[in-house]
Amino acid sequence: MPNEECRTSNPQSRARRMKTKIEARNFGVKYGDKPALRGVNLSIFANEIYGIIGPAASGKTTFLRSLNRINDLVGTVVASGQLLYDGIDVFAKDVDVSLLRRRIGMVFAVPVPLPGTIFDNLALGPRLHHTARGSDLEDRVERSLKAAYLWDEVKDRLRASVMALSGGQQQRLCLARTLALEPDVLLLDEPCSGLDPLSTGKIEEALVRLKKNYTIVLVTNNVMQASRVSDRTAFFLQGELVEVGVTSELFTKPRDKRTNEYISGRFG
Amino acid sequence: MEQAEAEKTNVSVGARPERHALYRARFHWGEAIIETAIRSSALIVIAALVLIFVFIGKEALPIFYSAEVHEEVTISSLFLPQPLAGGHQTRFVWQPVSGKPRYSILPLALGTLKVTIVALLIGIPIALGAAIFTSEFAPNVVREIIKPVIELLAGIPSVVLGFFGLMVLATVFQTAFGLTFRLNAITAGTGLALAVIPIIYTVAEDAFSAVPDSFRAGSIALGANVWQTAWKVVMPAALPGVFAACVLGFGRAIGETMIVLISSGNAATMSLDPAQSFRSFSATIAAELGEVTRGSAHYHVLFFLGVLLFVITFLTNFAGHLYVKRVREKLQGKRK
Amino acid sequence: MSGRGAIAMNRGLIKAFAGFFYSLTGFACLLVLAMVVIVLGNILVNGLPMLSWEFLTAAPEAGMTKGGIFPAIFGTAALVLLMTIVVIPLGVATAVYLHEYTRPDSRTVNIVRLALQNLAGVPAIVFGLFGLGFFIQFVGGGLDKVLYGGRLSFAQPCILWAALTMALLTLPTVVVATEEALRAVPQSYREAVYTLGATRWQVIRRLVLPQSIGGILTGGILAVSRGAGEVAPIMFTGAAYFLPYLPKQLNDQFMELGYHIYVMTTQSPDVEATKPLLYSTVLVLLLLTFTLNFVSVIIRSQIRRRLRAS
Repeated sequence: MPNEECRTSNPQSRARRMKTKIEARNFGVKYGDKPALRGVNLSIFANEIYGIIGPAASGKTTFLRSLNRINDLVGTVVASGQLLYDGIDVFAKDVDVSLLRRRIGMVFAVPVPLPGTIFDNLALGPRLHHTARGSDLEDRVERSLKAAYLWDEVKDRLRASVMALSGGQQQRLCLARTLALEPDVLLLDEPCSGLDPLSTGKIEEALVRLKKNYTIVLVTNNVMQASRVSDRTAFFLQGELVEVGVTSELFTKPRDKRTNEYISGRFG
Repeated sequence: MEQAEAEKTNVSVGARPERHALYRARFHWGEAIIETAIRSSALIVIAALVLIFVFIGKEALPIFYSAEVHEEVTISSLFLPQPLAGGHQTRFVWQPVSGKPRYSILPLALGTLKVTIVALLIGIPIALGAAIFTSEFAPNVVREIIKPVIELLAGIPSVVLGFFGLMVLATVFQTAFGLTFRLNAITAGTGLALAVIPIIYTVAEDAFSAVPDSFRAGSIALGANVWQTAWKVVMPAALPGVFAACVLGFGRAIGETMIVLISSGNAATMSLDPAQSFRSFSATIAAELGEVTRGSAHYHVLFFLGVLLFVITFLTNFAGHLYVKRVREKLQGKRK
Repeated sequence: MSGRGAIAMNRGLIKAFAGFFYSLTGFACLLVLAMVVIVLGNILVNGLPMLSWEFLTAAPEAGMTKGGIFPAIFGTAALVLLMTIVVIPLGVATAVYLHEYTRPDSRTVNIVRLALQNLAGVPAIVFGLFGLGFFIQFVGGGLDKVLYGGRLSFAQPCILWAALTMALLTLPTVVVATEEALRAVPQSYREAVYTLGATRWQVIRRLVLPQSIGGILTGGILAVSRGAGEVAPIMFTGAAYFLPYLPKQLNDQFMELGYHIYVMTTQSPDVEATKPLLYSTVLVLLLLTFTLNFVSVIIRSQIRRRLRAS
């Protein structure tokens, strides 16, 4: 099974490389009898943007959803191998899943604004865990909206319904909602699919700024986006990890033939 | 342990909480209590059904073994013809309150069947006809009218239907058909039909709607008109659902109490004539339970009737719903 | 016969059959309409004259030939209120269990669903028998032994047992309506809240239940409508024809609209004299059940409108 290799030339990244945030050891997932992911071995470092690209049914979404165990909600799922977060097996018996999800937040492909006001959406996370109240809560809401580049557009209508927002705004709202939890890791599943270029640009800009404080895993169908934003990129194909590398190197000198074909658009 | 080494910029979102034994699962006490409460609630449904059978059966059981009860009635005397006093004739008689109490249930069974058949003879054609019409022929407007009307009909309490039967239908039928008895199976059967039509209509209409439009489109494309399509394509496809509708209607009719209690005349006879007064199982229970002494043979027999009703309706409903499920699976392609 | 003539005649026959079938089924629809109109019309026409404020607020007099039916209205309301307190939490909990806590194809779920369907099909009179045999004799008898040392207090027909019996009868209605509402909450919403680190109960409490309130209300109202109309279950578990008092305790008997109608219809010594009062009582019962059903329909359409807009 291919292992990830990482040759960096940048001393700064070498220093960052010392902290492995997430590690997959021979990780696999089956839905009933159908395997979706096989033998994945990789490491994700702290404070990097780790991109995952690949065609449909390559298992990238399955991998992402396993990281915060939201995949547990699918009845037939069976995981094998290990998925370590800060050295702790995510699937261990004594792991509290709700606490795990508090540290590892997620933004879905389709914006899911929850019914209620903008403020309610953002406050939900802190309210669930009783981590902020009153003016603390309002500060947190403001900071999250600013970090998601949405504050200026909604600051006058925090108590308005979310339904009035556009698609791009709703997705930024979902990002802000995740940030309001003050998590450790951000998982994004094709967050810009279906969004206009302006919103896409804002989200990408937000991600780049956020990586200073978060570890970000970004699954994307858009190869160009991966090349713009991610530090390292992994290429998944049909449930297997084919290749991982520093983005610039992966895109210019991919080692595997299949990577090359996918990136150059020979198949998709 | 990881240290916070990131610089804070003006778009950072605050300090990160320290990580310690965060991953050891906390036992959520409140959650556990609520979850137990919710699980037990669901089990109450099962328990209720079991308890109903157990407690009604318990009061009916003495018929099988109690010597005291056997002085008045035994299982065989319930079902087989009994000899009349001082005679060579044997007859089925239900006369629990008399010098020599008689407990043959055949008159009651006959009465129940009589009124059910009348109700279904009237109700099935009307309900099915209306279902076909609203589902295949009528413009949407008609459906928007008929469906609320059916719901209105379903919302009429059965005691009101029985009242209507007694007050209006009985007199009307008597004058129209020249019947001897005002209260009979025709009167009660019509009232019962009114109660049963909504169920048959709803299930049948669901069955017709569930037939995919592609069937109809294909038939029309082959040149058939709407009627041919309905008759030759839709009906056969929906037939199991229609059958289930009738079975469910039957189940409802068998158990219905108030309509029959009020407008049947409550006479336990062995006559097959629908124009005569009759008695049904449920009406018997309702009419006589108020006057029995607890623990008497009569009391146990009434509970026995309850068990009979429970079993019959259980079986018919089970069969009906099984059929509906099969139809759904068949149309979804899960079953051939 | 063959040739064009045969085809033409065949087509004509088919058209004739089509027309015949069409009119037959259309006639069936008209019959349904007619039936409903006749029944409701008859009751409206005959019941309206005596309907008045006094009728609704006074007690019956002179052997039910004069006066009003307030005690019956009060009794019905009390019965239904008690029933609702029991059936809504129970029904909602069962629906939540079926939809949120289990896998759709698990064994337990299938058994519970089966039990629910069969519970819905049990005849009302059998519920009455159950109320008598279980609630009054078993539970009531047990309570009396434990709490009152054998003195007769709860082992008799009273509003408590009647309400519990009714609650069992209407349980499937509430469960079905609640499940419908739970199903309408999109799974993506649930996932979004789970992703924020919510536990299952938090997801239910903060998202699913608030979003399902409309459906739960609908189920509750339908249950109430049924509870007000069914007579057989309460005949032997607590309803009485004439009481000089209103029910004040759980072990009191009570007057009830449906039961009142039944007794007046079948056991009144002078049917002609009580006829006006009788018709008006029926009208009141009908108005009550119809208003409830109407309200639930309104709520349902509001929910649908809201869902379509979002």
